[in-house]
Amino acid sequence: MTLAGEPGTDDRAPRRGTGADAVGGLVPARVARPESTEALGRVMAAAAREGSAVVARGNGTALDWGGLPRRLDLLVDTAGLSWIEHIAGDLVVEVGAGTPVAELYGVLAAAGQRLSMDPVRAGGTVGGMVATGVSGPRRLLGGALRDLVIGMTVVRADGVVARSGGRVVKNVAGYDLAKLHTGGLGTLGVIASVALRLHPLPPALRVVSRATPSHEHAERALAELRRSTVVPSAVELDRPPEGPGHLRVVLEGTPDGVGARVAETARILGGDPEVADALPEGWGVLPAEGTLALVSVPPAESVRAAVRVGGLSGAAGATAHVTGSLPAGALYVSFPPGAGAEAVGAVADGVRSVPGWSMTLLRAEPHVHTAGVDLWGEVPGLPLMRAVKDSFDPRHRLAPGRFAGGI
Amino acid sequence: MSETAAPTGAQADVAALVPRLLRICGEDGVLTDTARRRTYESDGLTHHRAVPGVVVLPTTADQVAAVVRLCAENGVPFVPRGAGTGLSAGALPHTEGVLLVTSRMRRVIEVDVENECAVVEPGVANLDVTRAAAPYGYYYAPDPSSQQVCSVGGNVAENSGGAHCLKYGFTVNHVRGLDIVTPSGEQVSLGGKSPGAHGYDLIGAFVGSEGTLGVATRVTVGLTRSPERTVTLLSAFTSMNAGGQAVSSIISAGVLPSAVEMMDALAIEAAEKAVACDYPEGAAAVLVVELDGPAAEVDAQRAEVTRLCEEAGAFETRTATGADERARIWKGRKSAFAAVGRISPAYIVQDGVVPRTALPEVLRRITELSAASGIRVANVFHAGDGNLHPLVLFDDAEPGAGERAEEVSGAILDLCIEHGGSITGEHGVGVDKACKMPRMYGPDDLATFDLFRRALDPDGIANPDKLLPTPRLCGEQPGVRRGVHPLVESGRAEQF
Ligand SMILES: Cc1cc2nc3c(=O)[nH]c(=O)nc-3n(C[C@H](O)[C@H](O)[C@H](O)COP(=O)(O)OP(=O)(O)OC[C@H]3O[C@@H](n4cnc5c(N)ncnc54)[C@H](O)[C@@H]3O)c2cc1C
Repeated sequence: MTLAGEPGTDDRAPRRGTGADAVGGLVPARVARPESTEALGRVMAAAAREGSAVVARGNGTALDWGGLPRRLDLLVDTAGLSWIEHIAGDLVVEVGAGTPVAELYGVLAAAGQRLSMDPVRAGGTVGGMVATGVSGPRRLLGGALRDLVIGMTVVRADGVVARSGGRVVKNVAGYDLAKLHTGGLGTLGVIASVALRLHPLPPALRVVSRATPSHEHAERALAELRRSTVVPSAVELDRPPEGPGHLRVVLEGTPDGVGARVAETARILGGDPEVADALPEGWGVLPAEGTLALVSVPPAESVRAAVRVGGLSGAAGATAHVTGSLPAGALYVSFPPGAGAEAVGAVADGVRSVPGWSMTLLRAEPHVHTAGVDLWGEVPGLPLMRAVKDSFDPRHRLAPGRFAGGI
Repeated sequence: MSETAAPTGAQADVAALVPRLLRICGEDGVLTDTARRRTYESDGLTHHRAVPGVVVLPTTADQVAAVVRLCAENGVPFVPRGAGTGLSAGALPHTEGVLLVTSRMRRVIEVDVENECAVVEPGVANLDVTRAAAPYGYYYAPDPSSQQVCSVGGNVAENSGGAHCLKYGFTVNHVRGLDIVTPSGEQVSLGGKSPGAHGYDLIGAFVGSEGTLGVATRVTVGLTRSPERTVTLLSAFTSMNAGGQAVSSIISAGVLPSAVEMMDALAIEAAEKAVACDYPEGAAAVLVVELDGPAAEVDAQRAEVTRLCEEAGAFETRTATGADERARIWKGRKSAFAAVGRISPAYIVQDGVVPRTALPEVLRRITELSAASGIRVANVFHAGDGNLHPLVLFDDAEPGAGERAEEVSGAILDLCIEHGGSITGEHGVGVDKACKMPRMYGPDDLATFDLFRRALDPDGIANPDKLLPTPRLCGEQPGVRRGVHPLVESGRAEQF
């Protein structure tokens, strides 16, 4: 692509990339900032003609997620794709990929609504949130992010603009391709916009929390919450390296109804827990620095997994902070900046050696990449994923190397 | 837009495969005689018919894989089939192909209460999952009205929902693990008991793929804790508009009922005639609202819903808490389709979706369409999520009535598209709506769907001619049904 805009359009010419645009140490030759989905299509079509390798960038808060791209010629900045079309009466929003998540949440809250999942990063864009695909602790009622995406417009590697799903929650026409792009790290296409299912803000919210005296206690509480009918929105374990950490249970409902649920939850947690009517500061947000991993296990094994991660880290001479949703079996492991590659690798091996457990390094520090630590472990269905990649991006130009198996 | 790849000229005669199919599935697992094959000629959309080349009834995933591999090696198409209750001719057999029926794979392999999930074979009936989970205080949330019969594999393929998906979501929100046999005959395990599989979300993309990406041979589904309390309300209104208003206020007040169903005067009249459901006299619309959850929440919401219905103009609201009382309220709603079959010689069932806010406008336009054509339309639908199931009534003895009914039914789908909705909320595309896909999606969108399909099925042997339009297909008639559906008649299923 030349440094001129596409002829016959208002497209702004791409600018030259600088060190500030680098992804995984690669400085892109050019940075384009399309102002519309169609312009994004033109940029991608031009990149296809020239065989350029492309990475999309939202606000740059997760450019270091996944593997290091092998090649980068063009960075596509989605900042120009920032728009919100809130169809409040239908509890649906369609939103441009470059829209800041905080702005979206602000607009929705002003209308008494929300996207009922907790972002794990502050300062990100909607496109980045969807492309990274992970969800914070409040996921037990409305589901995780993947459950809330009802439609998507994606620009393919060849520049073709394609839509799947729609703006209604109930819709089974066509393949649900948005599922593939959610968490796809931009390796199958560039997300231009998404349609999301919303929920009304709950009239009442309570957080029941306590320091858990032991892992046995945490395990018992989790089992008893499961058997109860208090219907929590979140059951979070926050376990610092010193263990055994805090349990936090979020209850959402009506002012009249929530009281009895709080009482029952408090009884289950025992030990006179604290009850707050707002989420703690920084709820769900993961550390912005250091190596970060997601451990997935069957829900009943969550506490054991958290303990094992702690044990493995300690044995490897590292510290790890584990937070996550116990009933979803989704635990985030944050290593402090500088944590050694060997320790990270040892924890990953130790977790992966348990049948049914997986550990994905969402974000690895450069020295962890250099040491060749396997970010993914065994990924069932990898040959099918390769086939999907080959058909959407046959020349492997979209963030090549970022995904599992070098996809 | 590209077409689905038709099996190439290399396709072998399906009869030639029979000896090997017999070796794979055994004598009782292969049906070749015409009469027995004919029993599989259609699914729930009975006017699409084709006698399958051969029918196989495998009992294990290995057998499924061996059958599919044989098909792949010989370029022979295969069509997966569960219970055959689909309403879009998704399981319509291929005359030159293998119909692969999962009805002998019906084991509930495991109920894992600690992990709140069940592992089942694909032929297990939806309701059997709930039956297996019930002793532990759990149930399987997706509840299509056909749940006594339809299979979990079919649910996965159609991403089925039910009246309660408003709150609990569709099949896709409950599948954690899938073993599949790909169109090349390979066995792949995706996900498992842990809700978050890594890599691309192939489970999410396989759900709803209508048998075009392979066969599901084992499914791990999440189970839902049975609610502490369930309350059903019946509210009667003097106009559909007022009922629609109540739905909007309930949803925007932040109450999330598990179900919100609506019936119009014609549907009520039919239900009264059929089952004497004793709904409030003079109602032009009734709303059935179900609330479930923690007792204290349900009680608070019930007061609020009652108030909101009254504000919207309800002249009577009944509340039922006991199972029998609740069943009485549901009786009218659940019998409505069968009942309509009794007041009209023939009818077409439509399945379309509109944004909830467009409901009043769309219902008004349906009334106009009905008045202009002289064709009666009964409305019974999932109001909470805008999923319409209009029943277009006609007398097939009357010349031209069928054509006019089809026009009305088609025009209703056009209304859904025009208002930004969908051509199907739960019955799927199958053969029936493949030709409608270009109304909802552009050529590039369809070509992209096809790219994905070919990634998994490059030779186009997995349920060809379904889901995406092909020129061969796009002259078919939309679904006409006569009288009461056989499943409903036999009491094995309620409709919608
Ligand atoms: C009276 C009645 C009421 C209904 N109510 C509802 C309702 O409330 N909600 C709703 O969503 N639907 C409803 N349906 C439609 C139908 O029951 C569902 O679509 C159901 O999921 C189909 O399941 P089945 O086992 O009968 O599948 P089939 O009809 O046998 O097959 C449906 C599709 O799934 C594919 N398939 C089947 N098994 C597999 C497998 N193991 N692997 C891969 N593909 C497979 C087939 O190829 C076909 O494309 C109703 C149908 C009837 C007749």
